Amino acid sequence: MIKDFEILETMQMFNEQHLDIRTITMGISLLDCAASTVEESCNKIYDKICRYAGNLVEVGEQISKKYGVPIIHKRISVTPISIVAAACGSKDYVPFAKTLDKAAKTCGVNFVGGFSALVQKGYTNSDKVLIDSIPEALATTDFVCSSVNLASTRTGINMDAVRDMGVTIKKAAELTADRDALGCAKLVVFANAPEDNPFMAGAFLGPGEPECVINVGISGPGVVKHALEGVRGADLGTVAETIKKAAFKITRVGELVAREASERLGVPFGIIDLSLAPTPAVGDSVARLLEEFGLETCGTWGTTAALAMLNDAVKKGGTMASSFVGGLSGAFIPVSEDEGMIAAAASGSLLLEKLEAMTCVCSVGLDMIAIPGDTTAETISGIIADEMALGTFNNKTTAVRIIPVPGKGVGDFVEFGGLLGRAPIMAVNTSSCADFIHRGGRIPAPIHSMRN
Amino acid sequence: MASGKNNAVISVIGKDKVGIIAKVSTLLAENNININDISQTILDDIFTMIMMVDLQGLKIEESDIKEKLNSLGEELGVAITIQHTDLFDKMHRI
Repeated sequence: MIKDFEILETMQMFNEQHLDIRTITMGISLLDCAASTVEESCNKIYDKICRYAGNLVEVGEQISKKYGVPIIHKRISVTPISIVAAACGSKDYVPFAKTLDKAAKTCGVNFVGGFSALVQKGYTNSDKVLIDSIPEALATTDFVCSSVNLASTRTGINMDAVRDMGVTIKKAAELTADRDALGCAKLVVFANAPEDNPFMAGAFLGPGEPECVINVGISGPGVVKHALEGVRGADLGTVAETIKKAAFKITRVGELVAREASERLGVPFGIIDLSLAPTPAVGDSVARLLEEFGLETCGTWGTTAALAMLNDAVKKGGTMASSFVGGLSGAFIPVSEDEGMIAAAASGSLLLEKLEAMTCVCSVGLDMIAIPGDTTAETISGIIADEMALGTFNNKTTAVRIIPVPGKGVGDFVEFGGLLGRAPIMAVNTSSCADFIHRGGRIPAPIHSMRN
Repeated sequence: MASGKNNAVISVIGKDKVGIIAKVSTLLAENNININDISQTILDDIFTMIMMVDLQGLKIEESDIKEKLNSLGEELGVAITIQHTDLFDKMHRI
């Protein structure tokens, strides 16, 4: 029998601590939508997405009502378009992005991910076309997200692609300059990209995934922070234990929703992604949670250690709660989407270099960071190269979602609105790395027998 | 789902006044919902009631009963929620 205090605790999590299911993401394979013409392939893609995901939003809302659990987003991820579109031989994949956008609107979802390419070892002809199409695709669609995997621990880093993505990000910013470079908020580059991630902008359905699958992303930094408020002054072992318990409870909600969604939609359940994903709302911040460890401001000394422990304890609690934990799982540290990170960056306590150190132990990487519009493509590639190296050499997923905002400089603010939030423009080391970036080639895969 | 039963938890929280239990129970009875257990306390003038109910005999959609409870809550000036029991079992029991 469930006790009253447990019921009240659960209700507080939803009502006061912003616990929610962040996303139910339906992964749909488009491998059978390849065709010899763009038109035929796009028709197949549109029909298939609408057939599979037509009632995704409705089912999400039914489940939300049954359990009284907010389910914020219903989304779709698809096979990387560079694979699906290869057979058509086109030199322009923007029509594919427009098709995904149209399908997303018909289904009522708010993002579709998979305008993607996996180029960690090299380019196919199709990968090149896709990357060239990214800036226009993001400028002319509303709901399409794009991602490119540039590196992996098994293959090393494709530095040609790192160089090209610096240019691509700059172009995406220019084409959406009227919207403060919003295009770049929908574009992420990865090292070791997970193939089952339900979170945007990096969601796509990897080639090893099934025909159709339900992946669920949960959230809840507020719940963990509230739990830590109850153990102020206690030693760090107690803190770790408290985080694990909170993560367990959060993940169980995700598992319940995922299994029910899978049953109602007749689609297999894939994974729970138990990421602590912040929002700009007060009380839903990973930075404030880190400060609860005893840090005056996020970004000060000790932040990396606290984040490392948080990320690990979240995973430990979550894996106890569900046997199928995957995706990015851990703690996200986006700047613009986190009220505490915004404040820390604006106050000067949180610097880009510190964020880079934090990405060694967080679950993803440099995320939603606004930088001056005059930052060169080579410098952006340099930032990407460093982040790819952290992921590749430390055997983890890392990513970069960075926004060079045209016409803005350090001290300015950029407003994206909604969950994308707002961000101060952060200072970037402008010393040139151009000669390094223009070398191109590949950084070889790391050796893992001598770990020091 | 897990339990196979269709049980739910109804919680009523707000400022105490005459007739809260009566009105909530009447609404449940009208919709053929059986109450398995009730606990109720008043903390600092805040009325807190938790009911375990059985939705097996419910004649209308579950989402409709949720809406009826919501509007009754507005009328009484209290917050009423209904959530399936599986949620609490999952979160609080290994």
